[in-house]
Amino acid sequence: MSAVTETEAAAFVPADARRAGRMLNAAIIILLCVWVLLPIYLVLVNALSDPQTVTGWPKHFVPTFDLGSLSFFISYAGVLKALGNSVVVAVLTMVLSLGFGAPAGYALARFDFPGKGVFRLLVLMTRAFPLPLLALPLAVMFIRTGLDDSLFGLALVHTTLALPFSVLITASLFSGIPFELEEAAWTLGCTRLQAVRKVVLPLALPGIAASGVFAFVTSWNEVFAAAVLTIRNRTLTAFLIQSLDVSPLPLKFAGAAVLVLPALIFLFAVRKYLFSLWGIANR
Amino acid sequence: MLGKQFTLRGALSALAVTAGLSAAFGAGAARADGMLFWSTQARPVEEAQAVREQVLAGFGAPVDFQPQDNGPFFTRIQAELESGKGTIAVLGGLHADFSTLVPNMIDLDDVAGTLGDAHISQTFTGLSKLGTDHYKYIPWMQASYVMAANKKALQYLPKGADINALTYDQLIEWAKAMKDATGSPKFGLPAGPKGLLHRFFQGYAYPSFTGSVVTNFRSPEAVAMWDKLKELWAVAQPASTNYGFMQEPLLTGEVWVAWEHTSRLQDAFNKMPDDFVAFPAPAGPQGRGFMPVLTGLAVLKTAPDAAESKKLISYLMKPESQVAMLKATGFFPVTDAKLPDDMPASMRISGAAIQAQSGAKDAVASLLPQGLGELGGRFNKVYTDSFQRIVLAGQPVKDVLDDEAKVLKSIMDEAKAPCWAPDKPSEGTCPVN
Amino acid sequence: MISKRALPYLLLLPATVFLIVFFVLPFLQVAWYAVTDDGGFTLQHFETMRQDWKFMPALTNTFLLVIIIVPIQIALSLGMASLVTKMKTGRELVLYIWTIPLGISDLAAGLIWLSILDQTGFMNSVLFHLGVVDQPVNHLLYNDYPALIAAVVLAEVWRSTAIVLVVLVAGMGLIPKEYGEAAEVFGASPWKRFIKVTLPLLRPSLQTALILRTILAFEVFAVAVALTGTNLPVLMSETFHWQFDLQDRHVASAYALVLLAVSIAFTLVYLRVLRVREEERA
Repeated sequence: MSAVTETEAAAFVPADARRAGRMLNAAIIILLCVWVLLPIYLVLVNALSDPQTVTGWPKHFVPTFDLGSLSFFISYAGVLKALGNSVVVAVLTMVLSLGFGAPAGYALARFDFPGKGVFRLLVLMTRAFPLPLLALPLAVMFIRTGLDDSLFGLALVHTTLALPFSVLITASLFSGIPFELEEAAWTLGCTRLQAVRKVVLPLALPGIAASGVFAFVTSWNEVFAAAVLTIRNRTLTAFLIQSLDVSPLPLKFAGAAVLVLPALIFLFAVRKYLFSLWGIANR
Repeated sequence: MLGKQFTLRGALSALAVTAGLSAAFGAGAARADGMLFWSTQARPVEEAQAVREQVLAGFGAPVDFQPQDNGPFFTRIQAELESGKGTIAVLGGLHADFSTLVPNMIDLDDVAGTLGDAHISQTFTGLSKLGTDHYKYIPWMQASYVMAANKKALQYLPKGADINALTYDQLIEWAKAMKDATGSPKFGLPAGPKGLLHRFFQGYAYPSFTGSVVTNFRSPEAVAMWDKLKELWAVAQPASTNYGFMQEPLLTGEVWVAWEHTSRLQDAFNKMPDDFVAFPAPAGPQGRGFMPVLTGLAVLKTAPDAAESKKLISYLMKPESQVAMLKATGFFPVTDAKLPDDMPASMRISGAAIQAQSGAKDAVASLLPQGLGELGGRFNKVYTDSFQRIVLAGQPVKDVLDDEAKVLKSIMDEAKAPCWAPDKPSEGTCPVN
Repeated sequence: MISKRALPYLLLLPATVFLIVFFVLPFLQVAWYAVTDDGGFTLQHFETMRQDWKFMPALTNTFLLVIIIVPIQIALSLGMASLVTKMKTGRELVLYIWTIPLGISDLAAGLIWLSILDQTGFMNSVLFHLGVVDQPVNHLLYNDYPALIAAVVLAEVWRSTAIVLVVLVAGMGLIPKEYGEAAEVFGASPWKRFIKVTLPLLRPSLQTALILRTILAFEVFAVAVALTGTNLPVLMSETFHWQFDLQDRHVASAYALVLLAVSIAFTLVYLRVLRVREEERA
């Protein structure tokens, strides 16, 4: 690294130093990939091993391919419905938090107005207060209004968790996009809304997608409100995972794998949306 | 340009699909999936499944069994009580779980009346009235805490020690011998956040050393007890502060000897029945303290159909259901249901130990805390805090006990709770000397 | 035509109404518990909280964790983000891998790291195969404070760096390439370009990531409980303990208000510090 930084101009860097730098970068990237993937691999090893191996020591780093623990969860009655519920709640949360959050983020980024600080503070407070304490008054309100035990009601609660992030993330994105671009669009005859839609949104889309993904996983992983507010319509976490802490080790790991896998698949499915749009954004 | 239109349209269609989906799933909300059975018991996933498949399937009507952690359990109950509209049909919980809910539970005298020939012990029926004249819950299942040991540990037993009549001194000697021989401490306690260690102090250590739980909390005998426990801790597995269920470290071999709730040992006993023995807890100067665990069934005032709820309770109290529960959860019947011959290994092993423990000549029976109401949690905290401060943090025994005794006294005063066994009956509030 | 002055308020209206109904109202109800007893005003609950011997450890542990975790995550994410934006091939795959922890809950992360650091876990197995240990050694001893902190930091950095990375990568994507190229033409080294061009332009995203992670770091809970049991009490775990185990809503809500106060105080400091710099620039 130091060889590179000390050089005055990049153009004069000798070819072999450059190659060494590239190699170093590649090595760091691979190392970081291993750092992320190794723990997940290990939990999969445990999930795919027979109970004796899981409680045994020393551990093996290759699974024994015993599906006993996993099949317990997969054959659990109602697991598919719970999976469906989780997806619906998470998608609703994503839509709601972006629908409410993105306009607010735009307002924070583009305008100076009295009350801006108060709104920002309100948004931050929402996330800085532990949700499980709010679950009681919320549950009372939901039971009284009939929102209790509905996926939509749960999505509303999850939206309070996700909204602060979508407001903050979109605000930072919008303020990173030069206002001049919008003004240029106005001079070309666009209305304010058109300018936002045609100029700002495409640029901000990767970031908006990112905050949407974050809303999705926030909802996906939330246990407490889901356990209190849904009875017949349990989400996967509330249905299955909340008792893992008191379950035997092999089931703990199998449960953790069941919880992790759908999130991996979801992220894989939306990765294009998340990242490939950079090509556009960079221009 | 195309891209932008595509995204907008994409967003709109995503909205439409979600709305449709949620309508489809939401419609299911109105459909009844059977009675809601809300429980703090049988939480481990495979126990919950066994309760559904082996116990409740025979009821005839669908029952939705939902075991919960304390947090969601009480939050939901409080929300239903506050809004006056309930979904929960039957509550299943520990004696202590119910003590906060007394004014909100319906009387179950009529259900108790139909159980006449089930012979529930007087102690339990007394407890289930929670200080009123009526049955507030129906005693459901029982368990206790015993000692478990890997057979590998037996060779290190002190000379002349009878495993069924151990003393605390012998236990310390044993744990030390194992530590010296293997190089790693092999005695463990469930001192983690999900562990039940507070019951060890309330039902085992305090009664064994002081013959009391409340009154002699900071007596010289109690000081001597904590000194002994420090000795024990010095030869115990330090990872104990992470243990919730001792069956896990017993199965991995991290621990060879442990004190634990019988249902939290069953996995070890069932998986390796030939490798483990169970035996009574040790005795101190005042005898061999032990404590039962009692679970019960109750109905909230807000239950949608109290008659149906009572029917479910009656069903769960049938001998067949009690035996099915025994197999599913490792808790023992409170009735005199005849135990089957094909009991799981864990039942055989721990059942014998429980019998030996309660039948011991020097047995000192300790009841569950009574009359504390919503202060039960604070009461437990006195004992776990004393442990954490004295044994883990190394604070001076006398100071901590004086300090915690003040807290204990304020709890007893606030609850106006009279003494319970093994403390001598009191006139009015149980004193903390 | 909507007047220019009303427009920001109109944009904020849906979010504000939503937050008032689903956060402010229930929040006021809960906060009420902290300062009342049977309807009368009292500070007794804060006193009970303060006198509890676990309060100070919980407070200091929480602070310590936030102060260690957040800077590591910001530095790590900045490094990762600049590495990945330089990549020509395989960028998508690397980003996907790096953002995987985004989908992993704290509950699952706790389980995963416990399976590694536990006495009979994978780390000890590696040490055994390497011949370092001949029997399981406990690395999470209750009295080994640095080890407990290190374990929680490790797991939290693993689990929650991805969100910072995503925010920063999205922000870097908005920086026009021309700026960097211009700096390169003028002979700025990569490090200088990073400090002088990338960092200033990244400030909005950086501020967001910092605030977001700090607030979440103050709520560190499930991972700490999974790895350290009750040996490393944090504000969140004490809040839960009082609310659900001790069933004392009043003290629990006092704890929650303390949590709220410290995380808001921290974020206000960030906002102030970063805003002052902005004015300097102008």
